[in-house]
Amino acid sequence: MLNASLRQLSRLLSDKKISSTELTAGFLSRIKSLNPDLNAFITLDEEKSLNQAKSADAMIAAGRSTPLTGIPIAQKDIFCAKGWLTTCGSRMLSNFISPYDATVVERFDQAGMVNLGKTNMDEFAMGSSNETSYYGPVKNPWDRLAVPGGSSGGSACAVAARLAPAATGSDTGGSIRQPAALCGISGIKPTYGLVSRYGMIAFASSLDQGGPMAKSAEDLALLLNAMVGFDEHDSTSLQREKEDYTKNLTQPVEGLRIGLPKEFFAEGMSSDVSRAVEAALAEYRKLGATFVEISLPNSKLAVPVYYVLAPAEASSNLSRFDGVRYGYRAAQYSNLEDLYARTRAEGFGEEVKRRILIGTYVLSHGYYDAYYLQAQKLRRLIAEDFAKAFEQCDLIMGPTTPTVAFNIGEKCGDPIQMYLSDIYTSAASLAGLPGMSIPVGFGDKNRPTGLHIIGNYFREAQMLNVAHRYQLATNWHELAPPDSGN
Amino acid sequence: MQWETVIGLEIHVQLSTRSKIFSGASVAYGAAPNSQACAVDIALPGVLPVLNREAVEYAIRFGLAIDATINSPSIFARKNYFYPDLPKGYQISQLEHPIVEGGCVTIRTGDQEKVIRLTRAHLEEDAGKSTHEEFHGMTGIDLNRAGTGLLEIVSEPEMRSSTEAVAYARVLHSLVRWIGICDGNMQEGSFRCDANVSVRPAGSETLGTRCEIKNLNSFRFLERAIDYEVARQIDILEGGGSITQETRLYDADRNETRTMRSKEDAHDYRYFPDPDLLPVIIPHEWIEQIREKLPELPGHKNHRYIQDFSLSAYDAGILTATREVADYFEKTIGLLPGQGKLCANWIMGEVSARLNKEGLEITQCPVTPEQLAGLLLRITDGTISGKIAKDVFDGMWQSNGENADAIIDAKNLRQVSDDSEIEKWVDEVLAANPQQVADYRAGKEKAFNSLVGQIMKTSRGKANPAQVNSVLKKRLAE
Amino acid sequence: MTISLSDIKRVAKLARIEISETDAQQNLSRLSGIFGLIEQMQAVNTHGIKPMSHSQDMVQRLREDVVTETDQHALFQSIAPQVEDGYYLVPKVIE
Repeated sequence: MLNASLRQLSRLLSDKKISSTELTAGFLSRIKSLNPDLNAFITLDEEKSLNQAKSADAMIAAGRSTPLTGIPIAQKDIFCAKGWLTTCGSRMLSNFISPYDATVVERFDQAGMVNLGKTNMDEFAMGSSNETSYYGPVKNPWDRLAVPGGSSGGSACAVAARLAPAATGSDTGGSIRQPAALCGISGIKPTYGLVSRYGMIAFASSLDQGGPMAKSAEDLALLLNAMVGFDEHDSTSLQREKEDYTKNLTQPVEGLRIGLPKEFFAEGMSSDVSRAVEAALAEYRKLGATFVEISLPNSKLAVPVYYVLAPAEASSNLSRFDGVRYGYRAAQYSNLEDLYARTRAEGFGEEVKRRILIGTYVLSHGYYDAYYLQAQKLRRLIAEDFAKAFEQCDLIMGPTTPTVAFNIGEKCGDPIQMYLSDIYTSAASLAGLPGMSIPVGFGDKNRPTGLHIIGNYFREAQMLNVAHRYQLATNWHELAPPDSGN
Repeated sequence: MQWETVIGLEIHVQLSTRSKIFSGASVAYGAAPNSQACAVDIALPGVLPVLNREAVEYAIRFGLAIDATINSPSIFARKNYFYPDLPKGYQISQLEHPIVEGGCVTIRTGDQEKVIRLTRAHLEEDAGKSTHEEFHGMTGIDLNRAGTGLLEIVSEPEMRSSTEAVAYARVLHSLVRWIGICDGNMQEGSFRCDANVSVRPAGSETLGTRCEIKNLNSFRFLERAIDYEVARQIDILEGGGSITQETRLYDADRNETRTMRSKEDAHDYRYFPDPDLLPVIIPHEWIEQIREKLPELPGHKNHRYIQDFSLSAYDAGILTATREVADYFEKTIGLLPGQGKLCANWIMGEVSARLNKEGLEITQCPVTPEQLAGLLLRITDGTISGKIAKDVFDGMWQSNGENADAIIDAKNLRQVSDDSEIEKWVDEVLAANPQQVADYRAGKEKAFNSLVGQIMKTSRGKANPAQVNSVLKKRLAE
Repeated sequence: MTISLSDIKRVAKLARIEISETDAQQNLSRLSGIFGLIEQMQAVNTHGIKPMSHSQDMVQRLREDVVTETDQHALFQSIAPQVEDGYYLVPKVIE
């Protein structure tokens, strides 16, 4: 059951071999036993989850089910869910019971999925290791000394450890793909604008994009079918014809032109990751794909550009946390200014404060042109590199991360090293392109590695197809960490 | 030394849309605190803005009315600062590419006309309100107003006196109501002025250091605050001092301005394009549709009234002060061609006085333009005198839609021009006043007027005064 | 450009974050490193390049002017730090 695909679970549910209530209770009891150590979840609410399961069972009984009805899903704690504590990994929201649902949460509710709980994450999604969470670090289920990646570390851990069959994530510079890679699962960040941002607590609005995390590309396709769609509450939501991402999953990939950016295969990638990625590419060669070397000359600037634009937007997005209308308020203050300054000093963690300072600085008088405007111009050059590259190839592949998961605490004192974890993922985020990571084996210390697939705008179906063909030919995605499966 | 005053105004116009500029909450005034502050307005985590089409249309309407450029694309930006009535910690406003750029309006002071150019007008959201009393030393925040659409209209520094500034503000106040984008209610804060004031030696080309005066919520305060500020600045300069650039608050109770914040504490607003909102593209066809729906503008009407109806500039100005008055006038004159001055006099006189007395708007006037035209027709055709007409007007005001003719007949007020009838009244009065007849014949001209008065009285005002004159003269000459 | 201690204090004030001398010092060394990374951007000549604010070349959608929201202040204020008579309370604002 724990290793079953979503399609298999769906069949078991619709055949009444198992009820959603049983399935949900099963996962909840597994969470109870493993979560105290893994710390993948911040909030659980058994009663709410089981109530939803009961409704799902009723939907199934009434013949009104969708392919996802009755299947539990873990929600990253960045998504507001009505009546649920929604902390975004921060002390600032440690008492925030959301009075409304994010559109993503609502869409999964309507599909009949069961909210299994809210997963741990880097505070306000700012981090690449899940260590910035106010609720403590999450452990990598493959090696509990290692980080799960971030910021969607709790979701990645939950899926990898089989605490949940699926989870939601959000990705600003790599926050779905990097933890998916480090935890050996599959995750996709769709084209910016496909998944509604309404109710997904904003980090960097022009980059944030929600997406699913699961064991396989096939599972991601099913989840994406429910998750993608126009939302009138989000001005940046795209109005497009509905697409069935499962339709072309099994199409052969013969003749596929895979672009390999020379910059991604240069220095920086560790040899163990390189070996796994090369092996995956060899598998694609066997499947009939061809390779073309491409160049993304400006992608080397993606990390600096990202660390200007994302903090700038974040510094403004996080101004609403002022202790006035909701959330944390400092206990002691002498006046209004003091209330603001203390609330924000106590409510935010170090990394969040650091990024607010960076963002405030780059937007402030006299620095705007040199930093913010320059970064926006470079953002265009980065996007144009991709546009040129896609004239030569159908998809781009490379490593998701330069190394396998590092140890908890290893990079805490060195923000730059931490930031460079996003070196391969942030460029696609800046361009708004879809990107995904699938597991392609193990590197040093038997920690998982991921293959990064970047598609052109709206080519999610093709990416999922290409990933699925690989997963038909290999079984990395079926492997579960010790003590976590079967 | 002679000093020249330089004034530029920033006017915040609250748009009379139904819902807020970025959310679906109502903007109705006077609701219970925070009952109209929705998830977007209180800036819950995760919420997003979506732009109200009507707000954009209103801005375009204004731009067309002042002959400005409508920018497309137009961009929204975030203006970042902390204040408890600003829930997001930033205000969605516009910096580069405001929706309206340029344009001008004509103001009139005395006999002088002057064109004032506008810099820009941009869309933004209003903040909430703080209440400082009632909460035992704390401040209460009501976010009902937060997110209400505003058009901030910025003029060039082209006004040279408080009189001009008030004239400009009045023209805009009239215009925004005229084109239906704002209710103009200054008490409720729908139309708020900030003034940038500086002085410089007469003849100087360079601008002096300016102060921005906030919180001017009536034309009277606008005038007084500017006058106070100009005097203050001249005092300082003549005393050898210099002006500090700062924001000042007008205190109406003390009639003075005082420092609110100096330039040193000026905010660093860290404007940047709002990533939650995309460029607003305004298709040419949309602008043309709005242009077609635009009513005839007051400036145009004003000129037309002077030309077509031979009205004075003063009369035309009053009749085009609001669209409702102009509509009333045009309906009346439409039924009474060629009588522009008579219609104007009655609307500006009797009608307006009575409305004032009873505290009514012209749209609530119990006497319709059709009724008024019917009454004025009876003056022009000699059925009644102007004096009787006032009684008839009163009758129409009291009645429920009765027309002038009905009242004239019912009260038997028709002017009598029948000679024999008039002769009867004349003889009656002459017989009763032999002394005055004798006085007149002895050369006392005044006695004549007294006799006319008595004849009119005897006829209860109905006698045609011209005929009374000629019959009386004839009789006295006999 | 290098970031200074006074920059950090100024920015912390703008961002309304109380910062101790030690924190400011510590942030200075870390932010200096980060700005070292960010400075790489200055090597590229971007003259004539249009800044990119959004990843999609989309235009703003316009909402019809309809009131869609109902009064939910009781729910919203159930999670507020301090309210009275429907108002959010803050320490006295002095103007």
